Amino acid sequence: MRRRDFLKQSALTTAGTMLIPHFLKAYELNQLGVAPTTGKTLVIVQLSGGNDGLNTVVPFRNDIYYRERPTLAIARDKVLALNDEIGFNPALEPLKALYDDGLVTVINNVGYPNPDRSHFRSMDIWQTASDSDKYLTTGWVGRYLDANCAGADPCQPHRAIEVDDTLSLVLKGTSVNGLAMLNPQKLYNQTRGGLVEGLAKVSQADEHGNVAYLYKTLAETVSSAAYVYDQSARSASPVNATGGTYPANELGNRLKTVAELIQSGVSTRVYYVSISGFDTHINQPGQQERLLRQYAEAVKAFTGDMKATNRQNDVLLMTFSEFGRRVKQNASNGTDHGTANNVLLIGGGLKGATPGRVFNEAPNLTNLDEGDLKYTVDFRNIYATLLRNWLKTDDVAILGRKFEPLGLV
Amino acid sequence: MRSISKQQQIQHLYWRAGFGATAALIRRESHQPLKKLVRDLLRNDAPFTPLTVVDPARVINRKGLKGMFREGMLDRDALKQRIRENTGHIRDLNVLWVEKMGSGEGVLREKMALFWHGHFACRVLNPGGVQQYLNTIRQHALGKFSDLLMAVSKEPAMLQFLNNQQNRKDAPNENFAREVMELFTLGRTDGSAGNYTETDVKDAARAFTGWGFNLEGEFVFRQNQHDDGPKTIFGQTGDFAGEDVIRLLLAQKQTARFITGKLYRFLVAEQATDEPTKARISTLADRFYHSGYDIADLLETMLTADWFYDPAHVGNRIKSPVELLAGMQRALGLAFEQKQSLILIQRTLGQVLLYPPNVAGWPGGRNWIDSSSLLFRMRLPDVLLQAGQVAIQPKDDGDVNTEMLARRGKGVLNVTVGWAAFEEAFASVRGDQLPDELAAFLLQQPLGSQQRAEVVKRVNPDSARSEQIRTLTATLMALPEYQLC
Repeated sequence: MRRRDFLKQSALTTAGTMLIPHFLKAYELNQLGVAPTTGKTLVIVQLSGGNDGLNTVVPFRNDIYYRERPTLAIARDKVLALNDEIGFNPALEPLKALYDDGLVTVINNVGYPNPDRSHFRSMDIWQTASDSDKYLTTGWVGRYLDANCAGADPCQPHRAIEVDDTLSLVLKGTSVNGLAMLNPQKLYNQTRGGLVEGLAKVSQADEHGNVAYLYKTLAETVSSAAYVYDQSARSASPVNATGGTYPANELGNRLKTVAELIQSGVSTRVYYVSISGFDTHINQPGQQERLLRQYAEAVKAFTGDMKATNRQNDVLLMTFSEFGRRVKQNASNGTDHGTANNVLLIGGGLKGATPGRVFNEAPNLTNLDEGDLKYTVDFRNIYATLLRNWLKTDDVAILGRKFEPLGLV
Repeated sequence: MRSISKQQQIQHLYWRAGFGATAALIRRESHQPLKKLVRDLLRNDAPFTPLTVVDPARVINRKGLKGMFREGMLDRDALKQRIRENTGHIRDLNVLWVEKMGSGEGVLREKMALFWHGHFACRVLNPGGVQQYLNTIRQHALGKFSDLLMAVSKEPAMLQFLNNQQNRKDAPNENFAREVMELFTLGRTDGSAGNYTETDVKDAARAFTGWGFNLEGEFVFRQNQHDDGPKTIFGQTGDFAGEDVIRLLLAQKQTARFITGKLYRFLVAEQATDEPTKARISTLADRFYHSGYDIADLLETMLTADWFYDPAHVGNRIKSPVELLAGMQRALGLAFEQKQSLILIQRTLGQVLLYPPNVAGWPGGRNWIDSSSLLFRMRLPDVLLQAGQVAIQPKDDGDVNTEMLARRGKGVLNVTVGWAAFEEAFASVRGDQLPDELAAFLLQQPLGSQQRAEVVKRVNPDSARSEQIRTLTATLMALPEYQLC
């Protein structure tokens, strides 16, 4: 067949079997005024670089801690005690107020078997929820999207949004990926007016080839960008506008964007935000405290926003880092890569009363694995809890096997 | 079924066995038999020259630098500076390699080195080790897989990455032994049955005890750390050393099957699970095994086979970020003013050479594509060819030692484009045929009528011919079809 003949013929075929993707139908349904989701929302804050957990939640009665960290340990009288064993770094003062209001749960000693001390590998493990000797190409939130887009429920990238320019592995699924955007306006502008918008309307024959896959991704992107932008533009009235004062830094801006998206009523169930700089091999104190303060101020403003708009009990924020750091400080007034670490859960939907809750025992500094903390809670038990009890979905399908949920929410 | 032209076939060969070709080359070679072009590709690749950015003897690794800091030979700022310099060397090596790929010289060697880099994925911070590792995979890229496997297994970078430096008689570390089986030779399972047992891994780890490297970056065998007792691997028992494990692995036909299957998915088609394809791979694997793992022979067989040019395969492979980048460099003779630009693009699109995500390499295929990476790919030609603005910040990976890779340029990626040579190749094409002739060169998929209309309406018909060619080229390269080869 000659090229031109082929082009003519394929154009005819395409027109005959024009496919209207499911998500376009869904988008129209939303436009018809279907009520926004009333379900629960999960916000994940990733601290990249390996946050030093022992100087975040400080074991202030532990002599080993003070012995191993002669210049780094937080003085006993500075620690914001949570119970008679552990307390927050003073830079987390805004978080302490939330704890006193019963909005924070601290989970100690979270990790996984055979821990890896490389940033990339350990972050991979946390993002894919794999065993440390397996390599997965999808993330656990991506698989959450996969599990919730089968059948009648259409695949919509914006069901999970990463507030960033690029998409992390954690939001990549097999049949659907999450959406990365710094804010709705920026993404919308990228999809408007030019070639992108024109091509998104190009109809594709229902093919399984990669060219069809690219056009499908493009159409979904343009559709999701328009949906999120429309929702957020519609709600940008003084009544809905977020009232909190966020710190003027990257994390503050990004959590503010999350708060605005939540209040706009978009059907997003998972938000992902990361903040970097926790790799404190050298001169740790100033650096870590600056970051922890940014984090705590941003989270306090975010939580205040959720409370002011009655979303406090529907929004849960989880914070983790790819590993903790060694118990013993190094020779450069810093700490090197370690293993188990704490995870924080913040929100009104947590189990337990006022004040907040320390879920489990403090780190055991006498029983170490080559100088590192041993984990007692597998992070996938936390994921299972959030998937099953918070997002009400099939945790076993997403995590690949059963991890017993913990009594957290 | 779709049929493809001779030109498309030649371009298919150059894309899969390299990083595309220049329009001039395609015009020149368009009457050559494919078999001759394949032989030329293999022959032109014969000479090997190492890529060098640093004298390994002069590099002091991070551990050494920290030691100097502790002994007071370096102050804190000097330590930071030296670590930054080491990262800078790796960045320079990355850029040198990408530019080599885009240069059109020895393309098959560089393409195969890229394949082996994903296969023997390795990520360390010592530039001397990285450089030596890269040159080892480049040197053996077209030789014998048996030599490649042995050489990579003895590379200090690999021994460090997979913890064999810590693999000692009294405290075996199984990391290398496990990955050499699971990822480098046998694969985890062959259908339902496992290809090796936990005992095989345990005893192979014992055989590799004592394999390490010295401060000069040379492989050393430490007899006193080696477990010389009997081991049982794949049912054979003996006082095996590391070399014996490599030999036993190569004796397993499954190694030939695993490597051939992976190479088929890289060069021909990702989908390789149907029965005819499985039979085809099995025949290829037999040949590979009996040739003593001759990579060049396997390549020649694959690249000259009729099925290699099956229209179903043509234009159905998603270019990896580096393939996309090197392909644009090759087609248009791009020269980047700031080397950092090449890193920025790799980071944003998710493939930074010499920094694979883990020992399993880049997953590839559709994993390259998500909303943001697709939008950036479609934006890139405008940014590079028409000085469009880019406002994107790739994510920080958290490691303080790679911070400098995250540094941004000034927002504009300054590039020199070899337009004159490019336009010259289309000098005889009539104005109204330019869209289709350019598309036939740039795309391995047909240009649909709606896409054609979208492209053509961006051209000002009153503008100069040269301007029209530039706009058409930048727009065609922004199409989803250009992401495929």
